[in-house]
Amino acid sequence: MPESPFVSPYIPNTDDDRASMLATIGVGSVEELFDDIPAEHRHPHLDIPAPRSEMDLRRELEALAERNFHAGAHPSFLGAGVYHHYCPAVVSPLVTRGEFLTSYTPYQPEVSQGTLQGTYEFQTLTAQLFGMEVSNAGMYDGASSLAEAALMACRITGRAKVAVVDTVNPHYAEVVRAYTGPQQIEVYAIAPDATELEPETACVLSQYPNFFGYVEDVAARSELAHRAGALHCVSCDPMAMAMFRAPGECGVDIATGEGQALGVPPSFGGPYVGIFTCRQEYLRQLPGRLVGRTVDTEGRTGYVLTLQPREQHIRREHATSNICTSTALIGLWAAAYTALMGKHGLPHVAGLCYQKAHYAAGRIAELPGYRLPIEGTFFQEFVVSCPKPAEEVSITLEEAGIIGGLDVSDRFENGMLLCVTEVNTKDEIDGLLNVLAGIK
Amino acid sequence: MAARNATLTAEAHDRRRLLMERSRPGRTGASLPASDVPEQPLPDASLLRDGLELPEVTEGEVVRYFTHLSQLNFSVDTHFYPLGSCTMKYNPRFNEAMAAVPGFASAHPAQPERQVQGAIEVMYRLQEYLREITGMAAASLAPLAGAQGELAGVLTIRAALDERGEGRRRKMLIPDTAHGTNPASAAMAGFYVVSIPSNAEGNIDLDALRKEADGELAGIMLTQPSTLGLFDRNAIEMCRIVHEAGGFVYGDGANMNALLGRVKLGHLGFDVVHLNLHKTFSTPHGGGGPGAGPICTNETLSPFLPGPVAIRRTLRGAQGEREAPMYGLELPPKSIGRIGGSAGNFGVLLRAFTYISLLGGQGMLDISGNAVLNANYLLVMLRELYDLPFDRRVMHEVVFSAKKRPGANALNVSKRLLDHGFHAPTMYFPLVVAEALMIEPTETESKETLDAFIEALTDIDAEAARDETFLANAPFDTPVSRLDETAAARHPQLRWRREG
Repeated sequence: MPESPFVSPYIPNTDDDRASMLATIGVGSVEELFDDIPAEHRHPHLDIPAPRSEMDLRRELEALAERNFHAGAHPSFLGAGVYHHYCPAVVSPLVTRGEFLTSYTPYQPEVSQGTLQGTYEFQTLTAQLFGMEVSNAGMYDGASSLAEAALMACRITGRAKVAVVDTVNPHYAEVVRAYTGPQQIEVYAIAPDATELEPETACVLSQYPNFFGYVEDVAARSELAHRAGALHCVSCDPMAMAMFRAPGECGVDIATGEGQALGVPPSFGGPYVGIFTCRQEYLRQLPGRLVGRTVDTEGRTGYVLTLQPREQHIRREHATSNICTSTALIGLWAAAYTALMGKHGLPHVAGLCYQKAHYAAGRIAELPGYRLPIEGTFFQEFVVSCPKPAEEVSITLEEAGIIGGLDVSDRFENGMLLCVTEVNTKDEIDGLLNVLAGIK
Repeated sequence: MAARNATLTAEAHDRRRLLMERSRPGRTGASLPASDVPEQPLPDASLLRDGLELPEVTEGEVVRYFTHLSQLNFSVDTHFYPLGSCTMKYNPRFNEAMAAVPGFASAHPAQPERQVQGAIEVMYRLQEYLREITGMAAASLAPLAGAQGELAGVLTIRAALDERGEGRRRKMLIPDTAHGTNPASAAMAGFYVVSIPSNAEGNIDLDALRKEADGELAGIMLTQPSTLGLFDRNAIEMCRIVHEAGGFVYGDGANMNALLGRVKLGHLGFDVVHLNLHKTFSTPHGGGGPGAGPICTNETLSPFLPGPVAIRRTLRGAQGEREAPMYGLELPPKSIGRIGGSAGNFGVLLRAFTYISLLGGQGMLDISGNAVLNANYLLVMLRELYDLPFDRRVMHEVVFSAKKRPGANALNVSKRLLDHGFHAPTMYFPLVVAEALMIEPTETESKETLDAFIEALTDIDAEAARDETFLANAPFDTPVSRLDETAAARHPQLRWRREG
């Protein structure tokens, strides 16, 4: 059988079409259209493999996917900022409808009301969840949201120092440094029980619950910040906010968060959505897009991108941020998940996470050689000091078909950060306990 | 007539009620399990949430509501979407299917390398593809969107300058045709921005460039091809001038769809380039993201790349020790650091990897060839209708000026196009063209569609010729008419609030 010549399934122009269009343009070949490129650099060798059929490629990619030891097939007790939560089957087909999936930033509001109103729902739900006055349309992820919060606090206060509590996700702290360093902003670390800040501090950055899963006194830290004339910016787990006091009730000025916890698949790191909420008075310093409600020429309600003079396409180098394309679709996903869970469902899920995590932690603490090095209230994550190095524990768990927690032995002796959510059954937890009990 | 309209308005309004307006106590949209563990004591009530306000709606109601909302959108799936510089090409569903495979969708970014070899291999091979396409030494997939890629890219320039002890170099040159993210990214990276004009042919003005090429010069950010849709013929000379003055050249790869397989920016002298996977490599735009903005660098800038980046180990640990996994994620030696919570928008990266793998090297050439062919066809067919400020062959898009006919400015033509079932071009950009209409057809549109679009623009021009005021009220057939943006900004309503 002869080899079939490759024809892209995504390109409609036929040879006849091309011939007719080239004649209209008045050139002899497609190649001629590239004559502006210097000849010595035109049409270089391109070392990309030959085209593949969908069937053939699917086989390879599915095999690659199975080389991952993943939570779709194994119980997982790993969190550390990205959480496995059950997402109802309805969310994906609804949110990935082509009309949402394949549209772009709503520059033409008359034909983008779906995206605009969906984003307005995201703004409403995240503001309500965090108990904050306003929310933007979303940022890239939780880490970049916190970094943008630090920059915003520096703009508001006119100061150039940022205090990061040392219980903030270390990756987030690195992102804050990468964002603030070039603007000559100094970042320094403080302990959770710090009672003083350096002079000229613009803001304190906290995490709630903190990176190790524990609930800190957010209101007291807001007071500490405010006494020093600084803002308090807190990165919050939105799922935990269905159970614990909202940042808006704790004096927080800018509350950010990783929206992944709202039913978004872990997908090896993204795409996620950064939540960004703040007090009304700081509205004009917000980074990112905002959707506002208005009326059309006939008085009908409609939605538009608003307060755009903060943004790069108007203000260029004077904008509040360079952000343009963000993660609107994931925001819509998070909004759909939150709406379906609703007023009682979301607290129920948060309660399940709490119950199961506490059951697991209590049982692990009873095992010989194990202890919980942190005292206090935690949500769904906790640190365990193991009888063996965390890396070895992780390997033993893997051999038993379990994804273990994060190695935090740099902070706690043989420390492993474990996470239990509503997706973990009691049987899975008991399985974890059995394997841990065998490690001495 | 009036009564009929009122009924329609009331119904339409009803279908667009917000979630909180639909909420009724006692409804729910989720079936949730009971706890299967012994009851655990709750923390002190002072720590607990009070007064959480969220909707109470059924699954069916959410489906009907969101489905209705979706139908108010134009999209690539439903309409030709010639939005210039956004590359609104068809988004293959195979890519979506691959991103949903459980072994990828459930993989956790904090898992040890040995548990996620499949995912890291995808990243490594995508890095290799992108290096090859741009002709660069290394790639980082960490940037989560194009603008973050720009920021990361100019931060590598800054880091390289600082290492050389040239921290005084803080001047970033940006052509007047550049996208707004360029100057905004440069400012975030701590540079000050100097604008460089374009010359009469739409290339960068080399005389203006030479005047700025001094001891403060950090670099230049050039979009190639430019937002005018033109291949900048001065690019090589520009790179030479900037390099001689001690600066670096940043390439904005937003328009890479024109160049796939036709030229490698590394060969022209660019030091760092970002790519928009949601443009060139067909990952869906999602109504404003998610995207991904990987950057590729030459040898000099590679040590500074943001990370972690995927690596393939050839030496995998001494005998007797546990062998290191073949694929790993590591921060480059002098990395500018992490710019996001994990190593990149993996789901987006996987879609782009799938796309490039399926189409192969031949497919890359077919993309650029047909994209440029379609744009030049539109240029020739529409040149009688509009002013063409730069009269030369274009690459993937063409910029017209809609100032020719009274009553037919860029806004009005754009709005009337919506009635004809076409999304509007990018309008009023680039800023150097008055009444700009920036049209990018992409390679995935047929000649029939392009001809229908040409016919629509011709009809609109005739409408304006008949009545100068006609277009000012367009669109007429969209779900809403022109919206009061001034009122929205003056009294911002940014979320639902309970009345009273």
